[in-house]
Amino acid sequence: MTIKKLLSLAIFAGLVFAGCANQSSKLQNGEVVVWHWIVDKADVFNALALEYKKETGVNVRFELYAPTPAYASKIIAAAQTMKFPDIYGILMEMKQFASLIKSGHVMDLTPYMEENNGAWRSTFYKSGLAMNTFQEDNQYQVKPGIYGVPIDLNNVQFIYNLELLKKAGWDRSRLPSTWDEFIALGGMLKKAGIPGLVSGWGEQWMIHCLADNFAWNIMGREKVLATIKGEVPYTDPSWKQVLGLFAQMRDSGLLSRGIVTMINKEAEQTFANERAAIAFNGSWCVNIYASMNPELRYAVAPPPRVNLERPMEIWGGATDLVVNDRSPVKEEAVNFLKWLTQYKQQCYLAKETHNIPSNSACASILEGPITQFARGMDNAVHPRFFPVEEFPLVTEAFDKGIQSIIIGEATPDEVAEKVQQIKMEEIKKAERFKALREKEAR
Amino acid sequence: MGRKINKYIVKDLTARLGSHIVLILVSITCVFPLLWMLSSSLKTQQTIFRNMNLWPGIFHWENYMVAWTRGGFGVYFLNSVFYTVTVVSGLILVASLAAYAFSRLEFKGKNIIYSIFLAAMIVPIPGAFVAFYVLLVKLGLVNTRLGYILPQISIGLSLAIYILKTFFDEIPKEIEESAEVDGCSIMGIWWHIAMPLAKPAIAVIVIFNALAVWNEYILAMIILQDKAKIPLQRGLMIFQGAHFTEYSLLMAGITISVIPIIVMYLFMQRYIIEGITAGAVKG
Amino acid sequence: MNLILSRFKKIGPGYLFVMPAFIMLCFFYVYPFFKVLQLSLYEWDGISSNMIFVGLDNFRDIIFSNPPWWQSMWHAVYITLLALVFQNGLALILALMVDRGIKYGHIYRVIFFLPPVLSGIVVGLIWNWIFNGNYGLLNHWLSQMGLGNLSRSWLADPRTALTAVAVIHMWKGFGWAFIILLAGLQNIPRTLYEAARIDGANNWNTFKHVTVPLMTPVFVLVMVLTVLGTMQIYDIVVSTTGGGPGYHTEVPVSRILSRMLNSSQFGYTCAMGLVFGAVLVILSIAHMKMSRAIKHT
Repeated sequence: MTIKKLLSLAIFAGLVFAGCANQSSKLQNGEVVVWHWIVDKADVFNALALEYKKETGVNVRFELYAPTPAYASKIIAAAQTMKFPDIYGILMEMKQFASLIKSGHVMDLTPYMEENNGAWRSTFYKSGLAMNTFQEDNQYQVKPGIYGVPIDLNNVQFIYNLELLKKAGWDRSRLPSTWDEFIALGGMLKKAGIPGLVSGWGEQWMIHCLADNFAWNIMGREKVLATIKGEVPYTDPSWKQVLGLFAQMRDSGLLSRGIVTMINKEAEQTFANERAAIAFNGSWCVNIYASMNPELRYAVAPPPRVNLERPMEIWGGATDLVVNDRSPVKEEAVNFLKWLTQYKQQCYLAKETHNIPSNSACASILEGPITQFARGMDNAVHPRFFPVEEFPLVTEAFDKGIQSIIIGEATPDEVAEKVQQIKMEEIKKAERFKALREKEAR
Repeated sequence: MGRKINKYIVKDLTARLGSHIVLILVSITCVFPLLWMLSSSLKTQQTIFRNMNLWPGIFHWENYMVAWTRGGFGVYFLNSVFYTVTVVSGLILVASLAAYAFSRLEFKGKNIIYSIFLAAMIVPIPGAFVAFYVLLVKLGLVNTRLGYILPQISIGLSLAIYILKTFFDEIPKEIEESAEVDGCSIMGIWWHIAMPLAKPAIAVIVIFNALAVWNEYILAMIILQDKAKIPLQRGLMIFQGAHFTEYSLLMAGITISVIPIIVMYLFMQRYIIEGITAGAVKG
Repeated sequence: MNLILSRFKKIGPGYLFVMPAFIMLCFFYVYPFFKVLQLSLYEWDGISSNMIFVGLDNFRDIIFSNPPWWQSMWHAVYITLLALVFQNGLALILALMVDRGIKYGHIYRVIFFLPPVLSGIVVGLIWNWIFNGNYGLLNHWLSQMGLGNLSRSWLADPRTALTAVAVIHMWKGFGWAFIILLAGLQNIPRTLYEAARIDGANNWNTFKHVTVPLMTPVFVLVMVLTVLGTMQIYDIVVSTTGGGPGYHTEVPVSRILSRMLNSSQFGYTCAMGLVFGAVLVILSIAHMKMSRAIKHT
């Protein structure tokens, strides 16, 4: 009988303790809470928060949630319960971003950006702001404007291990800048038995990034946008050419074995430990390579041009933060973001995290391999810049189609047909929903 | 006569040898990852993927110190212990009462209610985490320990009830009847007779759910905010950045977090083995 | 009055005993379930206050116009079948050995529990290394044994990717089956085995006539758990193949989560969840019917 009593007492006490403990969690007044998923920067963020408190007396609290699916779930949960923090990062596509804005969860920052003749706006690299801007006539019916603030930037390029290139017999003074050179390099690597490209192509967005780069180069931005709008089919020869590039890469020995299911972290440690000659990765890799192999000697370059008459544009992204429009401390939040993007703080961030700062004035203080990445920032584009966005299912079919091409299961023509077929279905669905929505509105 | 005996002995020996070989092979595959984990925890970020040997060469014991402090192990560890103990004890209590009722007591609607529990075991709810969050907000239990504990008890209920009911069903009616004659109340029968006989089942449920709660992090991510309340696995996330993973520290952290579970298992598995022979089918 | 009291005394305790569990179930399962049911009838992105009622359209699309969904379902079934046969077969053999009192049995009991204890991260890292196409351990051992021509990128080759994922899952899962089977085996009184041996039964007959009948509820439990657990496989897929190459290792849960988080079609994913649940119910019922049929032979 005593054990039973003890047990029930323990459980009761536990539950009481559990219930009481929630009293201490009331947030202090005037505290600005920030949510993001990049746990890597925890220490830096906390240091900055402390500094801000010293300067202004305002408490800022960073709460970092990883991995990304958990963060995304948290945002959805917040949306359904109206419990957003004061500042948070946008993980999703433009469509969800637009939805958040239209539901009143994101503050329109354009007035702040434009004051004093656009003083705040002009401190940024153009591409950083473009990620957070909704243009005129965007497909989401969001009022045009700037809705977020970039606090650092990144871009994705090719990275070449100079030693391994030399071993394959490649002249190290130049990096492949045309498609033919690139394929030739593949042949040399194959002959030398050196694994070629590693990249997180198991995570589809990285495949899409490269495909996009080639697409813009081959057919130009206008035609890509027209395809997204549905005016040009994916069975167009230009698109088949893009898909065909991956078949060529496969045949030439450029691709490392197993690249189709590689997660990016695996690709990074493979390249860092010199087990592959080429990597396709973002500028955050500078940190990772340095930590795993400080001796690694590499050079950074954009993907080679297929169409020599057009430029090669790379994907450039940003870590951005938005302000919750319903936050009781909106003004404080905006002030914090302004402070965070000032020269001094940006230089500190850049130095500590080896990422590209979003404040263009800080470019001069960068040192080391990150400067090679930073150089590309002027040529950087991102799908989020555009007023239209492709259906996720079409993008998925496209990316997985490329995976099929690489493993030899499908031809570029077959993939193009499939993608176009799914595109047509999605267009029909969208039209049906539009009709339903209009019916409900009446 | 002699040849027959020899054949028998040879057969027996090969069977025994074969068994041992299979057991050892399987054991190697089980132990290997643990060894790799241990070995990696003693390497550095630079050597962890470069040096593929199991032997680290240089032993970086300080990784454990760093992992403990940076991972906030003190508080998070205690939190995890607290959550595991409360969820598991709460679960056993609630589930065994219900299972006993389904097995031994009669009441209207018993079968319907039991089928609902079975259905809950079989049909999963997608995005359950978001639903829990919304519910807890409505109940005002968000960011509370209770709000973290209750869903987890709930998740383990159906399976625990199913297992316990199966066990209770096997108890001979005579034992209960004689206890009733001796003046034992239903509660008494449940506590003194049914529960001890179900020790193996309880042990399995404890192991199952303790592991689940100990390794839980998504629910903690979504429900808990205060640093003082978060469990260990959530704390370990600090080593797993979006881009930068500190592998050796992460491995050290995971190794530390694995030890209590193994200890718990060592403790519990005795009940599975010695279990019913203690309670014994009293003739 | 006494009649009523005694009647209550008879029925009452049942309800009291079940009440706590039932209340919890209502809050944390029944309520969310009906919410999901309701949401599955809408097209909603999970964020905006704008929900469009589409009735059964989501279900229609899932059942008739979503080939990747059924592909992923088939993949899960494939892995489940492998698990039922190989994982549980191995677990049974090992449990029998340990039950018979093999030397060092107590050490094996602990070792076999190590895979389930390991976190998904470690499992992913280790097996990625073993199956790696360039410097992986498996290829290394194969070439050492002279079977080098079999080497390949196990997780990226469409012919082996799904099976490789299944192997990882079975490796991680057999410890559970082992414990439960061992618990059941230990539950069988030794006297029965004695009696069988005295009657002259050999190992196979003892197994067939003593072990199997007494172990049937345990077998059913293990099978049900295997089916339910394996069909919901997710972590392993995400940390090794991401569902690729192409759609070759997609599983239902990964399809649901990618729809929810990438396409933000919350209503649709609720419908997917319900369809998945329906499939699981069908599988479980089929299972129980089959085991009941076998029991009667």
